[in-house]
Amino acid sequence: MAPHEIRRPFKRRPISDQQKRRELSLLRQSQHRSDAQQRARNLASSVISLQSSSPDVDPEILFEAAVPELDEGTESESSSFDVRQASRLRGPEARKWFARQLMLPEWMIDVPDNLSRDWYVLARPAGKRCFVVSSDGTTVSRVRNGSILHHFPSALPGGARKKGASGPANSYSILDCIFHESDQTYYVIDMVCWRGYSLYECTAEFRFFWLQSKLAETGACDPPSFYHKFRFSAVPFYNCDQTGLHSAYTGSLPYVKDGLLFYNKHAHYHTGNTPLVLIWKDESCSQYVIDTDNNGEVPNQQHIVLELQEEGKLVTSDDPPVPFSCLNADFVKQSGLLSGSLIRFAIGDGGLNCVDGRFEKADLQYIGVSNRARAFADSYSKIMFQYMARHSPLKVEDLASTISHENQQDKTPEVEMSD
Amino acid sequence: MSMEVTQLLINAQSIDGTVRKHAEESLKQFQEQNLAGFLLSLAGELANDEKPVDSRKLAGLVLKNALDAKEQHRKYELVQRWLALDMSTKSQIRAFLLKTLSSPVPDVRSTASQVIAKVAGIELPQKQWPELIVSLLSNIHQLPAHVKQATLETLGYLCEEVSPDVVEQEHVNKILTAVVQGMNAAEGNNDVRLAATRALYMALGFAQANFNNDMERDYIMRVVCEATLSPEVKIRQAAFECLVSIASTYYEKLAHYIQDIFNITAKAVREDDESVALQAIEFWSSICDEEIDILEEYGGEFAGDSDVPCFYFTKQALPGLVPLLLETLLKQEEDQDLDEGAWNIAMAGGTCLGLVAKAVGDDIVPHVMPFIEEKISKPDWREREAATYAFGSILEGPSADRLMAIVNAALTFMLNALTNDPSNHVKDTTAWTLGRIFEFLHGSTIETPIITQANCQQIITVLIQTMKDAPNVAEKACGALYFLAQGYEDIGPNSPLTPYFQEIIQSLLSVAHREDATESRLRTAAYEALNEVVRCSTDETSTMVLQLVPVIMLELHNTLEGEKLSMDEREKQNELQGLLCGCLQVIIQKLGSEPTKYMFMQSADQMMGLFLRVFGCRSATAHEEAMLAIGALAYAAGPDFAKYMPEFYKYLEMGLQNFEEYQVCAVTVGVVGDICRALEDKVLPYCDGIMTQLLKDLSSNQLHRSVKPPIFSCFGDIALAIGEDFEKYLRYSMPMLQSAAELSAHSSGADDEMTEYTNSLRNGILEAYSGIFQGFKNSPKTQLLIPFAPHILQFLDSIYMEKDMDEVVMKTAIGVLGDLADTLGSHVGGLIQQSVSSKEFLNECLSSDDHTIKEAAEWAKHAITRAISV
Repeated sequence: MAPHEIRRPFKRRPISDQQKRRELSLLRQSQHRSDAQQRARNLASSVISLQSSSPDVDPEILFEAAVPELDEGTESESSSFDVRQASRLRGPEARKWFARQLMLPEWMIDVPDNLSRDWYVLARPAGKRCFVVSSDGTTVSRVRNGSILHHFPSALPGGARKKGASGPANSYSILDCIFHESDQTYYVIDMVCWRGYSLYECTAEFRFFWLQSKLAETGACDPPSFYHKFRFSAVPFYNCDQTGLHSAYTGSLPYVKDGLLFYNKHAHYHTGNTPLVLIWKDESCSQYVIDTDNNGEVPNQQHIVLELQEEGKLVTSDDPPVPFSCLNADFVKQSGLLSGSLIRFAIGDGGLNCVDGRFEKADLQYIGVSNRARAFADSYSKIMFQYMARHSPLKVEDLASTISHENQQDKTPEVEMSD
Repeated sequence: MSMEVTQLLINAQSIDGTVRKHAEESLKQFQEQNLAGFLLSLAGELANDEKPVDSRKLAGLVLKNALDAKEQHRKYELVQRWLALDMSTKSQIRAFLLKTLSSPVPDVRSTASQVIAKVAGIELPQKQWPELIVSLLSNIHQLPAHVKQATLETLGYLCEEVSPDVVEQEHVNKILTAVVQGMNAAEGNNDVRLAATRALYMALGFAQANFNNDMERDYIMRVVCEATLSPEVKIRQAAFECLVSIASTYYEKLAHYIQDIFNITAKAVREDDESVALQAIEFWSSICDEEIDILEEYGGEFAGDSDVPCFYFTKQALPGLVPLLLETLLKQEEDQDLDEGAWNIAMAGGTCLGLVAKAVGDDIVPHVMPFIEEKISKPDWREREAATYAFGSILEGPSADRLMAIVNAALTFMLNALTNDPSNHVKDTTAWTLGRIFEFLHGSTIETPIITQANCQQIITVLIQTMKDAPNVAEKACGALYFLAQGYEDIGPNSPLTPYFQEIIQSLLSVAHREDATESRLRTAAYEALNEVVRCSTDETSTMVLQLVPVIMLELHNTLEGEKLSMDEREKQNELQGLLCGCLQVIIQKLGSEPTKYMFMQSADQMMGLFLRVFGCRSATAHEEAMLAIGALAYAAGPDFAKYMPEFYKYLEMGLQNFEEYQVCAVTVGVVGDICRALEDKVLPYCDGIMTQLLKDLSSNQLHRSVKPPIFSCFGDIALAIGEDFEKYLRYSMPMLQSAAELSAHSSGADDEMTEYTNSLRNGILEAYSGIFQGFKNSPKTQLLIPFAPHILQFLDSIYMEKDMDEVVMKTAIGVLGDLADTLGSHVGGLIQQSVSSKEFLNECLSSDDHTIKEAAEWAKHAITRAISV
């Protein structure tokens, strides 16, 4: 029995760097495994929320809604909870899910009533529309088709793994943004959830107020830093009166404009197409008024994409869909088109015929099946706006004159009363 | 036959290779053809006093190797073979062995002692050879001294070999009585006394009951302490070894003896032979270890609740102990920093001083400061080095508040010494001390920074300059830089190191290229520092890290070009490959995400090519590092990693087959998980091969057990990636999971290590179930899983009832309950409602403080509600 070795480590670290690398790897792997399981588990909840979170809301009811209390009911909580969890989805499920989560403006084909009283106007930044979700120490942005744009730390609540970050660990936020390439900034156009509190069922008036007052508090508007990879900035919005419209249309802004967005002050955040948010463009406030083709050039004829339904019916992406035309059953059979396919057409010289402002019939020329990246057919309002842009565009003057007309109407009673 | 064996054993030690080889083969053949006859003739050879000593010793050794092996599976085989032998052979062998203990030849007796212990190790747990202990102990007092010595030695080995719970307390008492009597000063024969003292060291683990009895404990302690005063140095050393072991095994029983032990150890440290003094210092190091553990585990405020209270022996001993240790610091050996294996009284004393500082905190400072102040500027390098070492030793333990002023005052002095001191030894210790300053007093948790704008440049300049010093000093400078960088780990967007980043990287690369970089682990230290600098770097310097990519890749490329290297050169080359792959791994993790990902991935093809070539070289470390790097690359590349799979696959398979270097196997299993997550369903074409290999791994008894839990987790990764295509593996994987689940459901009565392993096994099994359920979700094949539900619920219930799962298992388990409900829905609603897990366990998790457990439980509750409501 020999004496026992008692040598201890001397002037050296007890753990080698290799051991450290091994441990860090194991930690990374178990973290990723648990993320993957989380994602898988949340697939179920996303399916459920697809059914529950896009109810057919009657616009009439929306107008009556008041600014809700902060401790609002649980129903809205649950729909936003799903959004947060869905931010961990991947692949086609994520795309499907996210594609349906954004509130999509209709194109302005006529000027709504009470523009100056009930609407806000803002200049839309040019860039990628995306959903930004901050939770559990990370921030993920996803573009309209659901694919991830960035995965980054941010100063948004729960947006970075940072010591001493304020708020509860499960705090999360969801912003509706446009990512502006040239200054690498997320311009926030709407706030959907803030610090775990859902704003889905709040009016635009409240959401915009909340957005302007809360975003800056977090430091999200500060320049990029280690725990804050991209700057955020709230897009300025105006009451849609003459001054407001003028500011939005001509005002100098740090970003490149791409049209004007109009928000009805009373509208809730409604996923999918809504007539309560409108987009309008002309050449002087947007580089992209008329749609371009895959090569970035404006085609001679207007192209539209419609969805093929049973019996050859061709419809828009609206809910309910607007029937546009019909394909010959034999043709459908011959070309092997399946119900549900998206088909590209050109509008021929016959153009679109409208009766009483409603679409009547179109001269469509078949081009072929649309490319796969597309998730939806065109909406009715888009087709009409594009058609008008080529033929008789709605001009900024038309908007301004509607507003001034409204103002005169508004003033009339005042004059009477003072009399 | 007997003559033949003697000759074979002698030939087996021949210097003539052919003779030796022939003899070895004949022995092997004999063993294979007739194991009983073989073992019997070896035992006979060993016992026969007329045979040559050399053949007898080798006979004993071969016999011992036929009973035990290092590898678990081989050991198991040998045990089974021994147990299967017929009783008469075994009795004869035992008799030969016992007879050998009386041999006049000391070496032969000692060999027999070890063989007896091996046999006991196999037989006592089986309740065989019950008369062994009694027959060893009978007449021990009447035995001649040399037999007594051999008997005591046998008892020692026996205690080492056998677990205390297979020996009856009555026998334990007899063993201890014999051993302690043999140690007694009254024992006139030094050989007997030494054997007894060494046997006690082995038997201390058996003495639990005896240490609980005041009288018996007093007696044992008195005898041990007396033995430390024996005139024979080996006995003194062995007695101190006993005290060291007692310090950790019976810490809580020492209060009565600690004053006497202090006096004994102090005398030994100051006056005794170094071998004895080292053990005396080790006693205090062990006491510190115990107290540090107790205080760490329970924290100062909860000390009252701990199983073992802290007696603060170190604190009470401070006034005497610290000066004693400081004296040892002056006994340095000239070249101790150049000798990797050196261990002397100065090193032991310094190490102990560091432990004392950890154990007592602030209280040590006033005891050490006068020594430092007095000696730090003395002309004799020994005094300067001792003072510096003392300073470096007390930097971990005392609070930052207590040390800050002292360290700030010392910093300039240290930087100056590093540049100007003529002694290599002083510089080595100074650089090490700087590293300790940065390790413990620099970082985001320290309120007033040591490193400021004013001194940062100077510190870095001095460190970089020191990296050009002798290898041992340069190595310590690299270590200091490592901790300097680590302190800026969570600095935020702007690191004070940014202005020096380029220079630091350049200097570290130059160090790594020094001709003498393989001395003193210098090259390793340089790459480790480089890794830490990169790990802790900020976005400001990401372009510079990007520029490092081609540099490191070129170096790796160069290591792959070398031809006709000697063994030694090849070994160094492989070590370098490991370091470079490790460095690339760190870089991949740094750059593999936005916004550098795009730029970085441009190098991915080339990098992958290099890693694949590394697999062509035979080196486990390099393989492991390359594999880890590939895992990180797969994560960064995502689905694009698919293009590397055709070429990479065979190395993946090779890694999974590497039973011997199990670390490589373990790391490869982890990488399979990375690849599944990166490729998702694109991994399918490789799954047949991977699953086959993983199943083989699981059934192998050669593979280290620690790799098995991750393999189960890996099943989950695969199932999650390929979804219902996992169907074809169900009939292989499910039975394996089921039987592993049954084994791991109960860990009762096992030690902490076993409980920990059981929990990691449970976690792996549960992760597998989780992945399989989620993978099959929404598939028409879901129903294939229904038959497994009852067993899985039962498994969950039983681990819940067992009450020994850790938090990780708890979270995974409650998640599996949710996954089962989520995937199988109403098919299992009834079953779930009957399970304990869906009630008590779920409620316990719902009210957990751990938010990850709570989150998983809420999800499970949601899934169960849906399953039973349909």
